[in-house]
Amino acid sequence: MAHSKLTQSNAAGWGFAAPAVGLVAVFIILPFFFAFAFSLTNQRLISPNPTEYVGFENYRNLLGLGVLRIEPERDDAGEIVRDAQGDPKYPRVRKWTRNNPDFPQYAGMREWFSWRSGDDKVAVLAKDVIFMKALVNTVIFVLVVAPGQGGLALILALLINQRLRGINVFRTIYFMPVVVSIVVVSLLWRFIYDGNDGLLNTIIGALTFGLFEPRDWLGNPSTALGAIIAMSIWQAVGFHMVIWLSGLQTIPPTLYEVARIEGASAWQTFRYVTWPGLRNTAILVLIVITMQAFAIFAQIDVMTNGGPLDSTQTLVFQAVERGYGKQDISGGSVISVILFLIVLAISLLQRWLTRERG
Amino acid sequence: MKTKALIVGLAATLWTGTALAQTELTMWYHGAGNEVESAIINQIVDDFNGSQSEWSVVLQSFPQASYNDSVVAAALAGDLPDIIDVDGPVMPNWAWSGYMQPLKIDEGRIESFLPGPRGYWDGQLYSIGLWDAAVALYARQSTIDMLGLRTPTLEEPWSGDEFMDALAAAQASGEFEYALDLGMAWTGEWYPYAFSPFLQSFGGDIVDRSGYKTAEGALNGDAALAFGEWWQSLFMNGYVPGTSQDPADRDRGFIEGKYAFGWNGNWAAVAHMAEVDDMLFLPAPDFGNGPKIGAASWQFGISASSKNPEGAAAFIEFAIQDQYLAAFSDGIGLIPSTPSAAEMTENYQAGGALEVFFGLSEAQAVLRPVTPGYVVAAKVFEKALADIANGADVADTLDAATDEINADIERNGGYGH
Repeated sequence: MAHSKLTQSNAAGWGFAAPAVGLVAVFIILPFFFAFAFSLTNQRLISPNPTEYVGFENYRNLLGLGVLRIEPERDDAGEIVRDAQGDPKYPRVRKWTRNNPDFPQYAGMREWFSWRSGDDKVAVLAKDVIFMKALVNTVIFVLVVAPGQGGLALILALLINQRLRGINVFRTIYFMPVVVSIVVVSLLWRFIYDGNDGLLNTIIGALTFGLFEPRDWLGNPSTALGAIIAMSIWQAVGFHMVIWLSGLQTIPPTLYEVARIEGASAWQTFRYVTWPGLRNTAILVLIVITMQAFAIFAQIDVMTNGGPLDSTQTLVFQAVERGYGKQDISGGSVISVILFLIVLAISLLQRWLTRERG
Repeated sequence: MKTKALIVGLAATLWTGTALAQTELTMWYHGAGNEVESAIINQIVDDFNGSQSEWSVVLQSFPQASYNDSVVAAALAGDLPDIIDVDGPVMPNWAWSGYMQPLKIDEGRIESFLPGPRGYWDGQLYSIGLWDAAVALYARQSTIDMLGLRTPTLEEPWSGDEFMDALAAAQASGEFEYALDLGMAWTGEWYPYAFSPFLQSFGGDIVDRSGYKTAEGALNGDAALAFGEWWQSLFMNGYVPGTSQDPADRDRGFIEGKYAFGWNGNWAAVAHMAEVDDMLFLPAPDFGNGPKIGAASWQFGISASSKNPEGAAAFIEFAIQDQYLAAFSDGIGLIPSTPSAAEMTENYQAGGALEVFFGLSEAQAVLRPVTPGYVVAAKVFEKALADIANGADVADTLDAATDEINADIERNGGYGH
């Protein structure tokens, strides 16, 4: 057959598909090409100035990195100046990155992180530290949420996949957060995480008989991202629970009967009957959670605005903040394009890892 | 019967005929959801429509939180109304972007206006406000007495040291959770509006106002670094609740006695006076370059696409009569733009409860940087202050903010300065 099935005379099929294809094209595919085009210009949200083509400058400004080895300060005798703890003192990075014509490669960069190597300090500089932090936070978020949420959802699905009286009550409770808007959930969890008299502090305080010092969960850079991860998993786990549940119910009961007759333990039944039967569901759940996790935005916007100290910056939040808040469409577009490439690469990798072998 | 119907029909035709003779002007306003405010603005529109037969204003109100987005979206779509309501510091951005046109009204009408409500950009008047807003240091007379402090006056405000001593004394008294409430829970425009005057009092600024080409030196010079260190010390010493302050504490904390002092606007004054007997509104402290507070609030202007700018200007001239300035002030506690209107109000007349704010506005108010780049610079400034409050390195943070503002100015071709 020389023609593919797509081009054969199936007008009715195309007719049915047309509304969806049209909407996807107008609202998803076309904007993506716009984003890619804008990322190569200096497009503003509103401006009387004409848009100019700037090539890959936006990408360089976002992704530029540099490494700087800094020697400690020495006094007149050549001795290393040390502080009270005996740590060497280093000159500030701004000595190289600001108004220093001898080091044009570091101009406009900021210190991202650093470590000590002997007496020297090695600083990794980035053109756009906030983007780098957003990238790292987003990756951490995905790495925790994808297995955590998927696994928890599976456990919940196994728990409610039983014929017990009143099991529908549990199904409803677990599923309830999914139908509540994420904005409302985020607002409620702001109260739960409140530093003074929040619900979480009160509960932990009561459980530990007052030994626990109340914590400002969202106001502390070391707990803010974790708090948002926990709340995000809680909110979305019910949805994936239902998908797992549908997968569980496609496994023929006869297989379980056989396993029981063969004398398989509960773990063996799960390992050799349930899990293989959930294979396609697992792929779906993993890919969907990964994609959703990369798009994390609403929780950040409502709960922390990326703070404190950029500990909850994420890629989509930064794209919106730059594109709309700071009226820099090109800056937001660059982040969107990079996010697209990352998600595309990971999806392809997941497809490859979970392919049918044989 | 037939004749009667004919007469009614004729009358109806005549009536619509006169209505049609009035050219319709559309107007957008930011105050949807506020009943008092809506009643006043509707009254002005009705009075104007009834006072002449040439123009008829049709008002549409938006919630404040989404107002600016609506205007920007409408501008992108080429669908702006004739008369728009604009926040003072945002006006230069909209004027430069080309969706406002200069406001042609009789200059004599606004001679007596406070400087804050007059919106000038590029040497031309673009917008005019019926009111201004001011910020003061909220305190109780009893607290001042208990701590043995001198009561600062407009002529002799607290110096920076006196201010810090007052905070230290309040903290040491053990009577309060925090010595001072800055309102860190109010993210957004509150930060640049309420806190950049501190920076200016130290001698720095958000951008260098001589030319508006750079923030270098203004936002990261010695004065700005001193400001940053001071700002951080407020939080490190535990004098001030940080960025994760509960908004409810912001509204009620001073009243409930959690905070010794509050940094708050005149719009909250009436509510505070109702519950606190010995309420004081003190002037801003002087950190070396004079005591400063922010100026400018919402103002009226004309969109660039308006086909009837003279009609829109006629409405704005009508709206800035003293009686309406006084009505807004009495209704929602705002500072009327003229002394003559202030005399007509309950709170701002001589001896009125809020008269002090009129004096503050006159003596200490400084406009936020008058540049189209302000919209972005304000966001950068807000983030820098939040980061420093949370313990970020002061010099690095201010350097980064400076770079970001400069990059934005450059990418926008200098914003037309």
